[in-house]
Amino acid sequence: MTALSLPTSTAADLLEGFPFPFSHDSYRYSTNVEPARSPVATPVGQWGASVVTVDSEYHRELAERAVLLERDPSRYGVLPHMEVACWDAMLVLLRELASARPDAFHLDVVDAEGPTYRWRNDLLGIEQTFVVGRRETLPAEPLAWACQQVQEDVVLLDQRSGELYGDAGVVTFAADWSFGFDLGMTFLEIHGPVPRVHAEGVIPRAREFILRLQPGQVYRRTNWTLTVGRRLDVATETYPEWGPDRAMVLHVDDDAFGHLVHLRVEVQHLLRLPESGAVMFLIRTHLLPLADIARVPAWRERTAAVLTELPQDMADYKGIAAYRSRAAAWLRDCTSTTTPAPASPSALAPEESR
Amino acid sequence: MAGTTGMSGSVRERLRLVVVALDDSVPGIRSLVLADAGGAPLPPFTPGSHVVLEVPAGPPGSARPRPTANAYSLTGENAHPLDYRISVLRAREGGGSAWVHDLAVGDRVTALGPRSGFAPVQRAAKHLLLGAGIGVTPLVSHLRSAVRWGRDAELVHLHRSGAGAHAADLAELAARGARVTTVTDRESFTALLDDLLRTQPFGTHLYCCGPAGFMELVTAAAARSGWPASRVHTESFGVEALDPGAPFQVAVAGRTVEVPAGTSLLEALEDAGLAVPNLCRQGVCGECRVSVTVPEGGRLVHRDLYLDDDEKRAGRCAMACVSRALPTSGAAADLEVHL
Repeated sequence: MTALSLPTSTAADLLEGFPFPFSHDSYRYSTNVEPARSPVATPVGQWGASVVTVDSEYHRELAERAVLLERDPSRYGVLPHMEVACWDAMLVLLRELASARPDAFHLDVVDAEGPTYRWRNDLLGIEQTFVVGRRETLPAEPLAWACQQVQEDVVLLDQRSGELYGDAGVVTFAADWSFGFDLGMTFLEIHGPVPRVHAEGVIPRAREFILRLQPGQVYRRTNWTLTVGRRLDVATETYPEWGPDRAMVLHVDDDAFGHLVHLRVEVQHLLRLPESGAVMFLIRTHLLPLADIARVPAWRERTAAVLTELPQDMADYKGIAAYRSRAAAWLRDCTSTTTPAPASPSALAPEESR
Repeated sequence: MAGTTGMSGSVRERLRLVVVALDDSVPGIRSLVLADAGGAPLPPFTPGSHVVLEVPAGPPGSARPRPTANAYSLTGENAHPLDYRISVLRAREGGGSAWVHDLAVGDRVTALGPRSGFAPVQRAAKHLLLGAGIGVTPLVSHLRSAVRWGRDAELVHLHRSGAGAHAADLAELAARGARVTTVTDRESFTALLDDLLRTQPFGTHLYCCGPAGFMELVTAAAARSGWPASRVHTESFGVEALDPGAPFQVAVAGRTVEVPAGTSLLEALEDAGLAVPNLCRQGVCGECRVSVTVPEGGRLVHRDLYLDDDEKRAGRCAMACVSRALPTSGAAADLEVHL
């Protein structure tokens, strides 16, 4: 059994910015793509105004990414023809950071020749002047450097002969898949193991959509699963570390269960990179324990309904078959005595009656 | 993905531009520099992209009774564009190109933002760029990008003597290391072509843009030399006059609409009081895409430059402005249109 410490309490911004993924009482895979950059209001806040999201976990998650990359370099991969796409991706990520948090990130053109940029990341104390395409003007390879500064995982898809290939990326927070294994695969191969979506045409439709994506267009979708513990790295490579938690969690008491089991939501963005024509796929992982989900009645009820109704094959694929029934029951049965008081009652009060 | 729930809404940005410079130094060809009317930076684009310029209707009774729109390749800086550059060959009188040739510095124009459909293949071992006449335009941005990123590229431009568009751009890129060859007669080009096609390194991709006859020449020669079709990329330009086609019948909104020869499906639908969003009316912009069902034994002739080959084969949508159905015996209607 793995040693897991109970989190003390969730920072307020993680609850307020949580991208609650369910719009119905049941969940099926769909090509649920929508234009990005439009904020979505929730009972306790909002999410989705920007393409990249910086929150109070910024330093901790980036430190964790650095440790994971050090331990397992296969979380970062770039096939040789993806060099231009990596510069492209880096520039877009820096621009999106500056646009999401102009108080903390600054990107300025200092010379149109090159062109030469100056970048400032006040949160990490980085100041760097670089020339696009000149590796020696950066402290690291462009994609690797950008991913030291965004909480998002990144996959770059090359498009050639009417096909999409996952040919570069930095993925340290994979939810039960392996970036190193998938590197170089086609879009359809990468999604091969997902149940239902092939027969239902979801993945082929998504592929058609991505093939036609034009520069300047940004779309997003969400995906979800459950994770035991506030654990971002649940990649195939570290399964021996986290796999046993799925059985372990059945044996903890109710209070520990509500704090250990997290609703894990990925906000995924898709955009076409202008210079290389590659597609950038961003995965931003948000984790919120059931104990916090339960603080929002609408979230508590809906999550319980979805977990109850979810077909067995989908629960198996998501790796939550063993404990999803207990999670649903926990949410349904959780009363004011097992639910911690809301951190900011005023924010919750108007929504309680929904 | 029109018609697929949750996936539409990918509307291209409409840009308000102003003409800031004109160059008429090459006979019959006008190069324009367009900037954002509000002084904002313009969206970056993938090499080989085009913009669609909106062309207003001419006066009543003129050769251009309706508004139209023309696609023009972007030839300038693509990654950090301060302006958009296009070059336009003056074609028939009264058409969109004649309107462009009448623009003056300071005039306002509206364009649909860049669309990429002719991008360099990043994994190519080498890029062989073959252009004829004004068809060199998308290849100029290919070559600029190749020089910037150190990609192996070679460009051959066939044009009439004294009518070489973008000669200065090509000379500048050649000075920075690009291989550029200019040919001014077709025989020399044909001889050079066979040699070029047989001496490229494995993994070379060929990009070809020019008049239809030129592209047929190049693609046929490439096929003869054993080039796989997946390594040969063509970009059409200049929509040539489409034949009027045969009359056919369309089932739409619970009624039957007759489409006479010489009348487009779009015009027939409009005449029947059915609104279809549209812009260029020549199969370029994609605005008038309609969902269709082809009856058993029926056939759809697409004729547009917007849909890709797979979409055309699937036959579930069509560009109302240029696509037609072939009349099929027996069926009540030759095509069902779902608006």
